[in-house]
Amino acid sequence: MSELTNGSQSRRAFLSGAALAAVSAAAASCNHLKDPFSTQAAALDVTPTGEKVKLLSVDGEVIEVDRAFLKPVPHLPSVTNAEARVGIPGKKFVMVIDLARCKNLKRCQAACDHMHHIQDGQNWIKVQKMQESAHTAPYWQPTTCMHCDEPPCVKVCPVDATFKRQDGIVLIDSDRCIGCRFCMAACPYSTRVFNWNEPVLPKEIAKQPYCAETSVPQKKGTVGKCDFCPDMTRRGELPHCVSACPNGVFFFGDLNEDSVTNGAETFRFSDLMRDKAGYRLMEDLGTRPSVYYLPPVNRNFPIEAGEENDKG
Amino acid sequence: MERTIALREEQVIEDLLPRKFGKTGQLWVGVLSCICLVGLYAYYRQLRYGLGVTAMRDYVSWGLYISNFVFFVAISLVGSLITAILRLANVKWSTPLTRIAEMIAIAAIMFAALIIIVDMGRPERLLNVFAHGRIQSPIIWDVVVITTYFFISCLLLYLPLLPDIKILIDHQRTATRPFQRLYRFLGSFWKGNTGQVAISDRAINILCITIIPVAFGIHTVTSWLFATTFRPGWDSTNFGAYFISGAFLAGSGAVVVAMYVVRKAYGMDHYITDDHFDKMGKIVVLLALVYLYFNISEYLLPAFKMKEGEDAHLRELFSGDWALRFWATIFISMLLPMVILLFPKGRRPLPMFLVGIMVVIGAWFKRYIIVVPSMLHPFLPMHDVPLSYKSYFPSWEEWAIACGSLAGGMLVITLLIRIFPIVPIHETIEEMKAN
Ligand code: SF4
Ligand code: SF4
Repeated sequence: MSELTNGSQSRRAFLSGAALAAVSAAAASCNHLKDPFSTQAAALDVTPTGEKVKLLSVDGEVIEVDRAFLKPVPHLPSVTNAEARVGIPGKKFVMVIDLARCKNLKRCQAACDHMHHIQDGQNWIKVQKMQESAHTAPYWQPTTCMHCDEPPCVKVCPVDATFKRQDGIVLIDSDRCIGCRFCMAACPYSTRVFNWNEPVLPKEIAKQPYCAETSVPQKKGTVGKCDFCPDMTRRGELPHCVSACPNGVFFFGDLNEDSVTNGAETFRFSDLMRDKAGYRLMEDLGTRPSVYYLPPVNRNFPIEAGEENDKG
Repeated sequence: MERTIALREEQVIEDLLPRKFGKTGQLWVGVLSCICLVGLYAYYRQLRYGLGVTAMRDYVSWGLYISNFVFFVAISLVGSLITAILRLANVKWSTPLTRIAEMIAIAAIMFAALIIIVDMGRPERLLNVFAHGRIQSPIIWDVVVITTYFFISCLLLYLPLLPDIKILIDHQRTATRPFQRLYRFLGSFWKGNTGQVAISDRAINILCITIIPVAFGIHTVTSWLFATTFRPGWDSTNFGAYFISGAFLAGSGAVVVAMYVVRKAYGMDHYITDDHFDKMGKIVVLLALVYLYFNISEYLLPAFKMKEGEDAHLRELFSGDWALRFWATIFISMLLPMVILLFPKGRRPLPMFLVGIMVVIGAWFKRYIIVVPSMLHPFLPMHDVPLSYKSYFPSWEEWAIACGSLAGGMLVITLLIRIFPIVPIHETIEEMKAN
């Protein structure tokens, strides 16, 4: 089991593997050649290797199984497509980005790229060097998809491939997208990327059915973008960028609970907005983003600190 | 008297029946087919390797294909102008031009639809547009209106053709021709009796009236593909009218070019006369003026205010990297034609032909200038992207496909000219008798 992937997937795989192993173990004790519980019992001619593997059963017991009875569990998307379209009931997700803390370390970007298998040269999170006018101080501004409440990208999509869920997250169904790229022209925040070529992915990932909640695997000729990691949220965990940032720039939370957290600190969302003068980007366009920014005040490091990471 | 009319009728029919291609014609068809084949090969590569073979990237995600699409839609509008508007205005002189205008319209609209499919990342999912189509998306409006326009244009070509098809079937010179089966299939039911003529006339009238709003719709909707976004340069309430005025100009340019070529190739000086060129010339001047007016309001007003966002875009057009192309387009497709056409000498066939070419080429570049620079000026800076994402120049595959589609359009027009009489025979005879 140790060579399986880390994180949640391995946990799920581990549990189902354990259940399977338990069954197989029971089978092995009565008939050491055939596995009578398998639906493909006839086809399954297993010869025990004699090598035992320790597993944790569903009731928490440690059990031992012959390696020959272990079968890889095919990946299953965490939710069905229909569920992914509805969203998590009762939630309204928001993100707060504290510009005063961003040093352009790009850990958020690295984590996001890694977890979503984003193609070389493309990013779902971009850290932009912003300067309002010639004589004002520059600052680093991480941008993600804003998960707009009036999303222009959703309005223009001809086939409902990009859609807005009831919890405020805007997702993409790569199995439906026709690749017209109208959404890219419509998004004023330029957050969407397109899979111009066949994405380069590890074999196991490329084989998986597309899941709108993980946005994996990306498919040739369709669009992709930041998805607020709804698969993590569904399990009560934070999006990858939030946990990856060592400076605690990103806060994530639920507007209905009025709280946001970056893992270390938790704030009341409304207080944070009021006390630190939160704002959103391009408010005048009427897109009503779900990503809020805290102004880049009181920065205790110069902008140059992040310059070495700036890819321009 | 009877005899002379009959003789002249014979003469008209002889003159106007479709003819085999000569040497030049064959060469022309051969060259166009080759260009199409290269385009097809490029498209095969694009299907196989993905849209990555184009030079489009995440910022400039619409490029040559979409400008070509807008160009085709623009050209197609002329069918409605010449056939419907002039007809309803009771302008008689345009009769010999109607058919060629309809042919251009049909060819252009066909390739507009095709080039959109070429632009899709997932063309095999085209049916999703019907299975999951959502009416709030401007693309769906476009699909609806393009299909409608295509069918109306086909009918407007077909119905007036019926009397001519009867002539084609009956006439001994064409009776043994390879297209005879096609003619019979299309028109053997046509007897030309009063009942049928009445129905056909009514139908044509109704079509002429319906095609006008549809034609305005098709180009307005195409402009809305852009105007429904927030991008600088597209975010305009004027876009529909601006596009339509440009389309009429581009389309009449195309008709002028076609008129000249057909007249030269088939020696039709009696049917497409100098007078036609003169009148078309006056129309082109008028349309160029209208288009210039819209250009001024489209660029001058934002330039007066220079809002942030528009700023970078407009500077780039007026004095930056795009300045040469921008001013050249304005000059070639509007100012110069206007000056030339103001003189009666400028409205003679040859200068008109040159003006037509200038207008069409200018129109094509204009579409490119509308599409690409806007995409190069997003609201947030282009950041964290490879260098190739920051600029755009079409790859050879894109050029090949775009040229292939243009060649394909011309090929369709050429074939239609080969199969059907380019100047309506029946109507010409009718008018002759009336005089
Ligand atoms: S930021 Fe862009 S992609 Fe994201 S929801 Fe808004 S318009 Fe759509
Ligand atoms: S590219 Fe895909 S998601 Fe975007 S508008 Fe077109 S079909 Fe919809």
